Amino acid sequence: MSLALKPDEEKMFEGQPQGFPFGDFDLEDVMLPEVVDGVPKVSQEKYQKLTSILTKILSGPGHIRENGLWHPVDEATGLSKGCVFVEYETPDQARAAQAALHGYALDKAHKFSATLYDEAERLAAVPDEYVAPEPRDAPPPENQWSWLSDRRGRDQFVARFGDETEIYWNDVAKQQPEDVYKRSTWTELFVLWTPRGSALATLHRQGVALWGGDSFGRLMRFSHQLVQRVAFSADERYAYTFSEVPPAGPRDPLRFLLIVWDVRSGRKLRVFEGPQAEFAVGAAARPDGGLAWDAFRWSGGAAPGAPSFLAHLKKGGVAVYESPDFGLVDRKSVKLDSVQSIEWSPAGPVLAAYQVEEGNMPARIMLMRFPKKEELRAKNLHSVAGVQLSWHPQGDFLAVAVEKWTKSHKSTNTHFELFSLRERDTPIDMLELPNKAEKIHELVWEPRGVRFAILHGDGSRLSVSIYSMRDGKLPGARGVAHLHTLVNKQASSLHWSPAGRFLVLAGTKQTQNGLMEFWDTEDMSLLSAGEHYMATEVQWDPTGRYLTTVVNAQNSTDNGYYIWSFAGQLLYKVERNRFYQFQWRPRPPTLLLAEKQKAILKNLKHYSKKYDEEDEAILMQADTEFLAAREKQMEEWREWQATKAEWAAEQAEAKKALLGDRLRDGDFTVQLAEVTVVLEVKEEAVKL
Amino acid sequence: MRPFILQGHSRPLNQVKYNREGDLLVTCGKDKTVNLWWTEDGQRAGTFNGHTGAVWTSDISYDSTRLITGGADSAVILWDMNTGEEQHHFRFQEPCRAVKFSVGEAFAAVSSDPFMQAVSAVRILPIAADPAEQGEEAVQTLRGPRGRIARVEWTDQNRTLITASEDGFVRRWDVETGKELAAEHVHEKNIQDLQMSVDGTHFITASVDCSSKLVDTQTLAVLKTYQSNVPVNSAALSPVYDHVILGGGQDASQVTTTSSRAGRFESRFFHKVFQEEFGNVRGHFGPINAVSFSPDGTGFASGGEEGYVRLHKFDADYFTTKFF
Repeated sequence: MSLALKPDEEKMFEGQPQGFPFGDFDLEDVMLPEVVDGVPKVSQEKYQKLTSILTKILSGPGHIRENGLWHPVDEATGLSKGCVFVEYETPDQARAAQAALHGYALDKAHKFSATLYDEAERLAAVPDEYVAPEPRDAPPPENQWSWLSDRRGRDQFVARFGDETEIYWNDVAKQQPEDVYKRSTWTELFVLWTPRGSALATLHRQGVALWGGDSFGRLMRFSHQLVQRVAFSADERYAYTFSEVPPAGPRDPLRFLLIVWDVRSGRKLRVFEGPQAEFAVGAAARPDGGLAWDAFRWSGGAAPGAPSFLAHLKKGGVAVYESPDFGLVDRKSVKLDSVQSIEWSPAGPVLAAYQVEEGNMPARIMLMRFPKKEELRAKNLHSVAGVQLSWHPQGDFLAVAVEKWTKSHKSTNTHFELFSLRERDTPIDMLELPNKAEKIHELVWEPRGVRFAILHGDGSRLSVSIYSMRDGKLPGARGVAHLHTLVNKQASSLHWSPAGRFLVLAGTKQTQNGLMEFWDTEDMSLLSAGEHYMATEVQWDPTGRYLTTVVNAQNSTDNGYYIWSFAGQLLYKVERNRFYQFQWRPRPPTLLLAEKQKAILKNLKHYSKKYDEEDEAILMQADTEFLAAREKQMEEWREWQATKAEWAAEQAEAKKALLGDRLRDGDFTVQLAEVTVVLEVKEEAVKL
Repeated sequence: MRPFILQGHSRPLNQVKYNREGDLLVTCGKDKTVNLWWTEDGQRAGTFNGHTGAVWTSDISYDSTRLITGGADSAVILWDMNTGEEQHHFRFQEPCRAVKFSVGEAFAAVSSDPFMQAVSAVRILPIAADPAEQGEEAVQTLRGPRGRIARVEWTDQNRTLITASEDGFVRRWDVETGKELAAEHVHEKNIQDLQMSVDGTHFITASVDCSSKLVDTQTLAVLKTYQSNVPVNSAALSPVYDHVILGGGQDASQVTTTSSRAGRFESRFFHKVFQEEFGNVRGHFGPINAVSFSPDGTGFASGGEEGYVRLHKFDADYFTTKFF
């Protein structure tokens, strides 16, 4: 252990009494000495005897270090001072001794008062008279949402590369990111925006810190040694920090520690700890028996003031805890036999759970609303090989991809069970793809819509099918309608714009070269296709205006990110070596009323004209600045060249002299020539 | 225009060099050979056989009659460029990485690698006009720089030498006294190449620290930096435009796992003053070890780790397009 010396502790070294065994000690020793007060004051004759008695008593709770006892004598009176200094072998012993000896009665008149030395130092510094502290005004908290009122409506993102963590505005008008805040070695693991974007969390050895406001000052910290993960509730009021605790011995199981915090006050609300194996159930278990990440799940976005829930799987059920005290809902967990996986609805406290088939019990998909534990709908299924749950981002639908064994039990077929949560009794529709045996890679719901896209197929080239939850025949009626299928695509993931309508097919696998296709699903037209070579990640900005593709440090070269428009126009590129992380700053849900939004959409032309003009002005200004900067650079270069002209002429002269008659004319010079290229000549009859 | 692909080496190229008129190109490689090419049609004019190890470097006399080469076999050879015959064979104890004729070719500066006990050094050899009178002795030896010397250049009316070393330093030496005059730490990692501007006022360096720098010859101050994301093995200055070429690519030992595109085996064109990349030429499938502008600035040659030399003539739009 190494202790950093705080300024106060440094003072300890000043004016140390001679002979006090402080000769060579390391920093840790600062903790050791202890002061025992209340010792009788005795004369020279009794001094030896008292010292030996004291040694006996003080050795009781711990081992005194060699020469570790100092019993000072007042030279003026010849009496001992009535206190002893003791130094124990370890800090723990000193602490134990302090606890044991404080209040120890030597005889009727003398009672020990034991104090750790650094504590004594502090107490000695306390002034004798109480001075009431001046009341101070708390500094007004910084506005954590000021970034939302950017006049040009830009979005922010955080980028982490090398040792740097930087926050930028995505300034598309200038076609480059604009700095907001940057800091070196800001985190020891990674950074994370809170779900509504009010703050940035950084992970450190000692815990998690939250930063926000214009100056990115520290808002809060949660002390958790060797923290590995952090997760926030959807309303940002609560968070938990998680770490694996390495086993103490070879027989000791792998443990974990999870602390639930109140984000605003920094208060610890609840602690979960124990062997990981007890919590590693179903999908929460890693192959090695440990706890998979995300075993504890926060419920989805709640109405303001509504409680947040935290759920985890346990043997034979699901434990759901409710804010603010994080006790079990109804003081008991939900009994669900052989439960395999759970998913919260992103929009509210509705939990979908999948129970695996066991013996005669069928597999079961169940929807439950909290806190009343009201079962919304359940569906039993047989010969199930696997199940994938996909929630609609607004919680309107739940798609369940069910992989079923064929009769021979040798292969599987997949179909979909589609739950409609906004309708009475939560009806379920079933969907089968034309080729049931195909592998299903992904099902993605259109945010703010009723459509979903499925990535399916075997081999390297896959198909993308788009379906709607509205029956085409009857307006507004429920039903599953096939809209379109794209075949033969080099894609490994699908990304809907957060605003809906636009879908990006991304080829982020090693062999796919980072091919991006931008589709408009309204009329199924390919807007654009581009490539970010070896791209490893794709992210939409929270508004659905821009898309980022990232090559992170998984690849050794070409690290950096590209920013594209929603229509697939490459806007700008940034190259950064050792690029680790890119994350758009999320936006809170809009406060604009639905009517107001509609009105804006209606008058979009009017607004866009205004903004186009602004963008144009910015671009012009940027262009002028840019050209001016170039002109300046060129000017500086010419000036530098001019300072060298004389020297260069000397060199040329010397060369002439050295080469003599061997010198040839015809060292090359530039001649400017004008070249006119006629591309096309066209004659057209024009009606006047 | 499609480049000529010169297939005359079976192993990686080390240096490519035009003669003064630009009608000839000398290439030397690790396969112990030196080849001479006609740049007009890419035909091989001949091969200089004599080295018994990798040939690191070469220099051509002003009138293209003589050639000097240095190699890993510790030999420095003077050649008759017309006949391809050896005029003189210097045998040293240490491999030679850099050779350069002085202006007027009365001397040649020849580097020697640190080898066994010997430290790196630069020898100044007097070059006799008549090969028959050629002696062995050096008139001056500059000693001291740590690490191999990758390039050596004469400057300031043959009074000083510029050397570029493995330790990232560029140094200036007094030829007369053999003393080091100045040293600047220009690169983080070893410097692979150094090429002079036509007027000698500045030069460009290439380093495996993924950058290339433009340096003032007199003060050794860094004027400009060209940042790449892969090691730069060679850099050349256009004799007519404010353009520079950077040749390089991911280290040969790491490229087996990636496709040739990921290795960035490109000749990358930068604007000399704005330090911005405005184009690149692909084609090599190994790192580029050597680039050189033709003396009239109408083309360039690049030599790759895979053993090919690509000889390019610029298309008309290179001259007509205003890049900046």
